[in-house]
Parts: sequence; C-alpha cells; structure tokens
Amino acid sequence: MAYRAHCLICTGTGCVAGGSFNLRKTLEAEIAKRGLDREIQVITTGCQGFCAEGPIMIVQPDGVFYCRVEERDVPAIVEEHLLKGRPVKKLLYTPPTEKAPIPALKDIPFFAKQKLIVLRNRGLIDPDRIEDYIAVDGYTALGKALTQMTPEGIVLEIKRSGLRGRGGGGFPAGIKWETCRHAGQVRGVAPVVICNADEGDPGAFMDRSIIESDPHSVVEGMIIAARGIGASEGFVYIRHEYPLARQRLQLALDHAREFGLLGKNILGAGMDFDIEIREGAGAFVCGESTALMASLEGKLGEPRAKYIHTVEHGYQDRPSNLNNVETYANVPLIILRGADWFASMGTGDVKENPWNGSSGTKVFSLVGKINNTGLIEVPMGISLREIIFDIGGGIPKGRKFKAVQTGGPSGGCLPEEKLDMAVDFDSLTEAGSMMGSGGMIVMDEQTCMVDVARYFIAFLTEESCGKCTPCREGLKTMLDVLTRIGDGKGRMEDLGLLEEMGAVMQDCCLCALGTSAPNPVLSTLQYFRHEYEAHIRDKKCPGGVCKELITYGIDPAKCDGCHACVRACSTAAIMGEVKKVHTLDVHKCIKCGACIEVCRRDAITRT
Amino acid sequence: MHIDPAKVDAIIQRHGRKREHLIAMLLECQEEFTHLPEPVLQRVSEQVEVPLPSVLGIATFFRAFSLKPVGRYPAHICMGTACHVKGAPRLLEAFERELKILRGQTTDDLLFSINTVNCLGCCGLAPAVTVGKDVHGKLKQADVPRILKKYRPKEA
Ligand SMILES: Cc1cc2nc3c(=O)[nH]c(=O)nc-3n(C[C@H](O)[C@H](O)[C@H](O)COP(=O)(O)O)c2cc1C
Ligand code: FES
Ligand code: FES
Repeated sequence: MAYRAHCLICTGTGCVAGGSFNLRKTLEAEIAKRGLDREIQVITTGCQGFCAEGPIMIVQPDGVFYCRVEERDVPAIVEEHLLKGRPVKKLLYTPPTEKAPIPALKDIPFFAKQKLIVLRNRGLIDPDRIEDYIAVDGYTALGKALTQMTPEGIVLEIKRSGLRGRGGGGFPAGIKWETCRHAGQVRGVAPVVICNADEGDPGAFMDRSIIESDPHSVVEGMIIAARGIGASEGFVYIRHEYPLARQRLQLALDHAREFGLLGKNILGAGMDFDIEIREGAGAFVCGESTALMASLEGKLGEPRAKYIHTVEHGYQDRPSNLNNVETYANVPLIILRGADWFASMGTGDVKENPWNGSSGTKVFSLVGKINNTGLIEVPMGISLREIIFDIGGGIPKGRKFKAVQTGGPSGGCLPEEKLDMAVDFDSLTEAGSMMGSGGMIVMDEQTCMVDVARYFIAFLTEESCGKCTPCREGLKTMLDVLTRIGDGKGRMEDLGLLEEMGAVMQDCCLCALGTSAPNPVLSTLQYFRHEYEAHIRDKKCPGGVCKELITYGIDPAKCDGCHACVRACSTAAIMGEVKKVHTLDVHKCIKCGACIEVCRRDAITRT
Repeated sequence: MHIDPAKVDAIIQRHGRKREHLIAMLLECQEEFTHLPEPVLQRVSEQVEVPLPSVLGIATFFRAFSLKPVGRYPAHICMGTACHVKGAPRLLEAFERELKILRGQTTDDLLFSINTVNCLGCCGLAPAVTVGKDVHGKLKQADVPRILKKYRPKEA
C-alpha cells in the first residue's frame, strides 16, 4: 500500500532520551484518531546526527525538518501539517545566528555541506527492518562479491580504494586484509574477522550512531571482509554502555541469518560465516587490538608487545583481522561502486599506494563549545574552518574560538592558526594531533588548556592497565605536575620536565595507549605555552577554570538583579534584593559556578 | 543479602559455561544482584572453572563492575571530553552536594549512588547523566534537585 506521507521519528539514543518512543505512540494514536492511518506512516529511524536539537522528526516527501518535538506538539502537527499541508512554524529549526526558520532539511547548513557515504541511510530507513536496508540496495555488494569477484579480487579492490582504518591508526585496510589472508593460507588456520565497536574515545559516538542507524551496513562489510580473507567466524566487540546499539545489531544478525546472509552456504555460494556479539565492560585499553583479543578470550584486557602481529597470531592464536565499525561500513559501497570512485574523494593519489593520501569521507562527532553539535560526515581534505564555522555554525554566545581537540586521549589540541589545514590522516599527525576515531571537541575562550591536558592525563592514568612502568609511572608523575600547575604551585622547570617525560614515554611504552598518551600535554605546550606560563608566573587561569586561581564576583554594570543566581547558590554567598545589583561574598563562595549557568546577562566574573 | 545460586547458575548456563563469555555473565549477574558479591564470584569461578583470582581480576579491571552494593537508582555522571568542557566536574559536585555522598558511595537509604562514566555516547546532550535507565541531558547544576526528586518516594 502506498502512503501519502511518512513521518520519520529519530530513535537514536539522544532523541530517545528526549522521549521519542512516547512521541511515536502519541503520533500514531493521533493519526489513527483522525482516520489518517491508511495515508500516513510513522517510521522510526536511527540517529540523524543533530542530537542536540532532538527529538527530531522529518516529514516526507516534503522534507520538512522538525526539532525539539514533544508529545504535546502532536495535535498541531497532525492538524496543521498532515491535514492542511502547512508546516508547524514553531517546531522548525532556526540557526542560532539567524532569525528566520529553515523548513527543509536540505537547506539547513549543518546538513548541506556534509557528504554521506557511511551514513548514507541515516534517517531514511528503519534500522530494525532488513527489508528497508535491502530496498536501498543493501546486500547487493555482497551478492556482487560472492558471484562476480574472487576473494583476491575483493582484497585488491579495497586496497586500491585507499581505505584506511577509521578506528585510530589509519592503517590501510586492504594491506591488513591481504596479510591476514596470507597468514591463514600459510598456516592453514582459518582467520577470524573482528569489529571494534568499543568506542573508547570519551566524547565520540560515531560507531554507536552507525550501528544504531544502519547496523546492516556493518554486517555486510564484515561478511565481505570474511569472504576476502577466508574467515568463517566473526565477532563484534561492543561496549556495554550501548544497549540500544547492541540490541539493534543483534536483531540485524538474526534477520541476516533468516535471509541466508549469515550461516552455512551464504547465498548458495558455498561460503560459511557467522558473527557473534561480545560485550566489553568499560575499559579504554580494551580498544587496543591485543587487549581486545585477550578480552574476547575472557582474559584480562591487557595489551602485549606487538612484535607478534595479531593479523598472524590474534584471537585464540588464529590470524585475526580487526577493523573499526566505520571501516567496515565503508566496504559495501566500495565494492558496489568501485575503488576508483572511492579513491576520487579525499586527498592524495592512493590507487598505487594507500599510504599516499586519505580517500573517502570521515565521520566526526562535533561537540563541545559549538552551536551545532552532532554527528557529521565530510570528505577527507575539508578544512577545520569549514567544519567548525560552516557546518558547526561557530561558537555559541559570540565567544572566541580557542582550540579544537581531535584524536581523543591520544590526540592533541590545535589552535586558530591551524584552522585552514586540510583534515586528513597525515596532516593531523604532522600538526601534533591525530585523526583518531573521529572525536572533534571545540573549545572556546572559557576553556583552560592546562585543565584539558590534566583531564586527559587523569583519564589515561585511570585507564592505563599498569603493566608497563613508563606508562604507569610516567602518567602519574605528569598528573602530579599538571595538578600542581593548575593549583598555582607550578615552577617554570615543570614545563621542561613534562616535555622530557613525554619523549621518554613516546619511546618506551608497551602499547599505543602509552606512546600516544603525552600528546595532549605536548600539543598544548606547543600551541598554548603562554597559558601554562600564566598559571605558573602570574598565578592566573585565563580560561577561568582552575579554582585555586580564580575569584568570583559580580559585574555591577551587567547585573539587573533578577535573583536567578541567588536561588542557584547553594551556600548563600550571593545576596541582594530583586531588581538591585547583587553582591557576592567570596568567603562563602565555593566556586561551583551554578550562578554562571543561570545568569542570562553574563554578569558573573571570574578573575 | 541473600543470593540464590540457582539464579547464578541459570545465567552461567545461558552462556554455555564458556570462559569467553565471562564478561557477559558477570554483567548479567550484576544486573540481577545490582553488584557482584563474593558468593556470586565464587559460584562463577567454580562453574566456569576459572580460578577465583582471575574472576576477581576481571571484576575489578572493568569499570562497569561494582563489588559493593549500589543504589536502586545509580547516578552515572558522564566525564567524557564533551561533557568535561561543558562543566561535568562541577555537575558531579552538585550531585555530591545534593546527595551528601561522594563519587563511589551509596546513600544510606540505598536509593542513590554516584559514579562516573567516560562518555554515554550522547555527547550532543552534554553535560549528560544517567539516573537508573534514564538519560538526562544539557543539565545545569540547578536542575539536580528536581531530577533526583522524580526518583524519591512521594511524601506521605
Ligand atoms: C588505547 C587504545 C584504544 C583504542 N580504542 C579503539 C576504539 O575504541 N575503537 C577502535 O575502533 N579502535 C581503537 N583503537 C585502535 C585499534 O587498536 C585498532 O587499531 C583499530 O580498531 C583497527 O581498526 P581500523 O584499522 O579499521 O581502524 C585503540 C587503540 C589504542 C592504542
Ligand atoms: S539521536 Fe536523534 S539526532 Fe541523534
Ligand atoms: S562526553 Fe558525555 S556523553 Fe559523550
């Protein structure tokens, strides 16, 4: 039956938190009540990428984009839009820098500059229905790989596409597949393919979103990889904090099995392969390949030295091919449209040598102090400025941009001078950061770079497995030094000490957690040394974050006496009558910042 | 607290007593008993035939496990980078002040406990917190009392 219109409700984690499952029920009930249920269909989709404006709903075929939709808006949507064809104005999206709302999704700047390859199906299909995926050419690439290509041909195609791993290191997937396939043949042991969905980078949710919105693309990618490599068994290692993603993935695997796409004799082509889900339980180091495989075996997730490569001796000593979720999700389209098509996007000429550039697109989670937070997919080679200012809409409240952090705890912070840099694997590394898995955290003038460095080092200190000394002790000492600087008790010599320790750790740690751990410190020292010096020499925190170095106050010129801060203050440090300038007692103030969060006039000062 | 060994056994059975499924079993046990008391670890060790120190090793290595009882509505404050730059450390303090416990502790009435996590995966809603199974996003310190009230028993 053909429907006249479709209401696509986002049921990604962000929007679910905003109540989108209830929204669906209410909308369906209202539609039925008005007798429209044969004309209008309600569909739930995965994350649309614009979670900060959720819950999100799109009405097709008009392409109208609604944000912050609540249950009580439902009657208006049905009455005005679905019955009378007039979009409900108050639910349309208005960019923070504009006055007029933008009705159509395609016209919203956040979406307009993106290029969707991995996220091609986001918000278009119901992730719980394999039929939806098949309707948009899903599993066609698998059919092609099984019937028209040899396993060697599959591996070669991926190699020529230049696809590099999206999980952190940027290792060319084709070369990894080739080595793994070879190891399996030489040793006569069937390899395994593993998908890394541990997503340990704190502040990133690409993998979660891909699985939640299009789980079959990952499954299809894994089956094709297994065919190329000659594997009969596959695993997805997913973190347990992602229950919705796990549930959707499980359903996808069950459906794929029912459709003969997993199991024995896949598509009648004589291939046997199945995938099992395994849960991680929240350890950052388990995203590292050797630790991940130990954890898969039910052992402690501790890394081992890498001179024995996991592609040859990995899970249960079998040749093991580990790739990230996004890496696998790229595979079906490369097979379907060809390596040349993929290699034509991005930087460098990768067809002869995948190390020569970065092809394709990259998904980033664009978050922090930015107007449009969300999940974006952009072509490799785009500039940081385009990402932050065109797609991201710049910094909120007209504040100044200070830095952008990429690469998670292994990455670094880049300053304004680097904004015109092209984003690809090699230029990010050269600038002292890295691509990492795709976290991109924007910081404004109210962020303290010493605090950011300390934050990452504290994170890594907790997450270091403690097996090797340079990492365990180096991180602890770095944390002490950074804490000291943040407390205003640092010495100028500390900066040299940090750099020296960083260099030792880069050389001596056992795994990449340790060797990359100094990056947040070294990159902030490189680009924001003056902030460290301000903490040490002037005993000032320019970002107004480090508690020991700031005093709160009220700017009498800005305060209009609205009493909001008086109500928010839990220690009664702020006094004053309504409509009269308030005062702050620094002896009672615990510097919690609750007042700043509620002040509408920016009248609270930190000096 | 009383531990019904049959419940533990059922979970272990479901996972075919395989060592590879240790994490999954422990996660399910924790769901059942809110934390991992020693008798549970003991039982798992015997049934899966993995020495107790190894089971204990796993149970202490991963953040998700707790050996101590947690509250009925555990509050998990996200300390991921996106939440950090949007004030998560101060939000944590607000929860600590409001509940009069510190991170890692449980209230005397066993209603709440406070813990931190490294990213809930809804960074667009930073700063974010889960209480029980609900996600609360874009929080201000001033929102904390109102949120906790939802989980408190209604005054008689
Ligand atoms: C400490 C550490 C944590 C990591 N965490 C992740 C992770 O959460 N997800 C991921 O895909 N890769 C992670 N990696 C990278 C993996 O070791 C591995 O390189 C990657 O999964 C390979 O897949 P790819 O080539 O497709 O990127 C991590 C590496 C290190 C050293
Ligand atoms: S969860 Fe709805 S847009 Fe991300
Ligand atoms: S950083 Fe808090 S949800 Fe991701």
